[in-house]
Amino acid sequence: MVAEAPRPPSAEDDGLISGGRYRRMALAAFLAVSTVALVPLLLVTGVSYRQYRSAFESDLSNPMLRFAAAAQQSLGSFLSERLSALGMIMRDTPIEDLKNSAALERVLQTMEQSFGGIVDLGVIDETGIQVAYAGPFALEGRDYAEHKFFQQARVAGVSVSDVFMGYRNLPHLVLAIHKDLGGHHELVLRATVDTDVFHFLVRARTSRRPEQAAFCRRCHSLVVPPFADAFIINQDGVLQTPSRFYGDILGRSRLPPLPHSSEPALTEVVDARGQPLVVAYTQIQGSPFTLVVLSPRDATHAGLMSVRHDVIIFVVVSCLLIVTVVAAGTTYVVRRVHDADLKRAALYHKMEYTNKLAAIGRLGAGVAHEINNPLSIITQKGGLLKDLLTMSDELPPKTKMIDLTDSVLKSAERCGVITHRLLGFARHMDVQQESIDLDALLHEVFGFLEKEASYRNLRITFDCIGEVPHIVSDRGQLQQVFLNIINNAFAAVDDGGHIEIGIRQEETTDVAVSITDNGIGIPESQIPHIFDPFFTTKKGAGTGLGLSITYGIVQKLGGRIGVTSTVGKGTRFTVTLPLTHPAAGSSE
Amino acid sequence: MHTTTVLLVDDEAEFVEALAERLTARGLNVESAGDGETALRMSQAKVYDAILLDMAMPGLDGLQTLRGLLEINPDQQVILLTGRATLTQGVEAMKLGALDLLEKPADIATLVARIEKAATRRTSLQDERVQERVSDILRKKGW
Repeated sequence: MVAEAPRPPSAEDDGLISGGRYRRMALAAFLAVSTVALVPLLLVTGVSYRQYRSAFESDLSNPMLRFAAAAQQSLGSFLSERLSALGMIMRDTPIEDLKNSAALERVLQTMEQSFGGIVDLGVIDETGIQVAYAGPFALEGRDYAEHKFFQQARVAGVSVSDVFMGYRNLPHLVLAIHKDLGGHHELVLRATVDTDVFHFLVRARTSRRPEQAAFCRRCHSLVVPPFADAFIINQDGVLQTPSRFYGDILGRSRLPPLPHSSEPALTEVVDARGQPLVVAYTQIQGSPFTLVVLSPRDATHAGLMSVRHDVIIFVVVSCLLIVTVVAAGTTYVVRRVHDADLKRAALYHKMEYTNKLAAIGRLGAGVAHEINNPLSIITQKGGLLKDLLTMSDELPPKTKMIDLTDSVLKSAERCGVITHRLLGFARHMDVQQESIDLDALLHEVFGFLEKEASYRNLRITFDCIGEVPHIVSDRGQLQQVFLNIINNAFAAVDDGGHIEIGIRQEETTDVAVSITDNGIGIPESQIPHIFDPFFTTKKGAGTGLGLSITYGIVQKLGGRIGVTSTVGKGTRFTVTLPLTHPAAGSSE
Repeated sequence: MHTTTVLLVDDEAEFVEALAERLTARGLNVESAGDGETALRMSQAKVYDAILLDMAMPGLDGLQTLRGLLEINPDQQVILLTGRATLTQGVEAMKLGALDLLEKPADIATLVARIEKAATRRTSLQDERVQERVSDILRKKGW
């Protein structure tokens, strides 16, 4: 069974508690939460606003189109009624009566009674001379040959002229009907129509003129709001009715040309002053007129603008609120994480330190024991020397004394070696990088345990395969790692057991150290836990920190640690270390 | 007068050497063994008044050797020497029948005193046994 170390027991963060990492974490969390919060908000607001706007715009354009349709119908029928009346006169009245001004006067009166709005009537012969006239002006005998309506009526049979200012300085238009009498004789019946009635478009509904009132009844629901405008233009864009904002009658509306449409249509244009307009317009049937209803986009959209304003404020405030809360929340959480990490790191360092001290304590006991032996020799040799000097009056032989002193010195030196070794171990508490001969280091670590091994008859073999390069790492930490593992191996084997330490280069970048014992082995169920802190099988004797800390150190040094074990057969720990570890931690 | 015979058992030759010389200078008859097995062999061949036994040795350790020595001669007086005495080791040694347990480095005077005490104790034990045997024989023979 083989198990790589299942997970790092809290260690890999050493030296990583840097500001940058937490700033990145905070930024990522902030962006993620903000996105999740803001995107739906913006999406919903955007979609709602679009729908509202489209609903608003159709609400807005519908009345304009209705107005245009109604006005088109009213004006269209106003004109067609009068044209058909003229047609009837032309058909039913004898030619002699038509040429007779008095008879024409009677016809005019009848028409005034039934239709209204007719100012005068005139009959023109094929030469363009007005042969009969009924009306307030003395226009009999006038020549209309050059007039447009006359020519148009002769060609088309019917003519509706543009509006013009008549002799009374009131806006009029001319309706004309043509009749072919045969034998090169023709007649054109001309009627001047007062277009005052058209002015309802922009006037208040309280108009007094009866025909206007009648006219307005048809479209009494039509009210042009004060900011809007409605008027009629001819094909050249000349105003046929007064307008509120686009000039008086017969002025030029200065609107961009509108495409032809016999049905009410809606478009948006920009007028000469640069104001964007919403325009509903339609051709009036049987006439050169176009009805225009327009409203400044801003005015009509004022409601929408206020909604948009509200929406923008709402979105901005919401976004600010969300961003603030998210930023504050993220900062708080990341700070907590940072604090927790700091605490954990501190705890880990404390644990590591405790383990180190425990290791030193264990070593200390062994060292005391080892020192005791040379110390005993010193005591005995010194005692013997004193005996020799005190028990006899003679000086002992010189050689004997030299032997004894040598022995004392040698033993003292042995003590020195041992204390230095311990000091060397304790000194390497600080992390530092140096070139290390692993073989020598392992021998050195093993030196601590040599006595125990000899007392317990343990067989230790070193197996250094090939030329193993020196590695750059931390001597003290490596000592601790191997001491922990070899200690465990010692604990696992019975007296007379065998421990094999193997060193070999792995790939070109790593060196692997394997420590194999033929001890009791680790049950498969425990293997995933052996690197966990506080996991121990030495009931009451261990802290359970040894391997956890070993794992942490190996990670910190950029290495890996793995274990294979078979119950009853033994365990192999393999520590793989990089030749150099550029990112070696410099904490502690 | 009977000279007290002592066996020193320690793997540290120099220590044994020096101590043997000092004890000899104090009127003891000293022999030495470098390890547990040698000690057992020597104890089989000869009875020692006291055996000074090091606790930590390669091969047979102090306690194992003690066990062997007492098997050979239950009256054997053994003084254990230890560099690092743990309570359990001490208790076990005393239970097994060690006379004493001294910590290294031991003072020579103490050591000699203990050895003398051990020798005395051994003699008295021996006398007791002799007495026992005598009374036993007397009882059996029915004089």
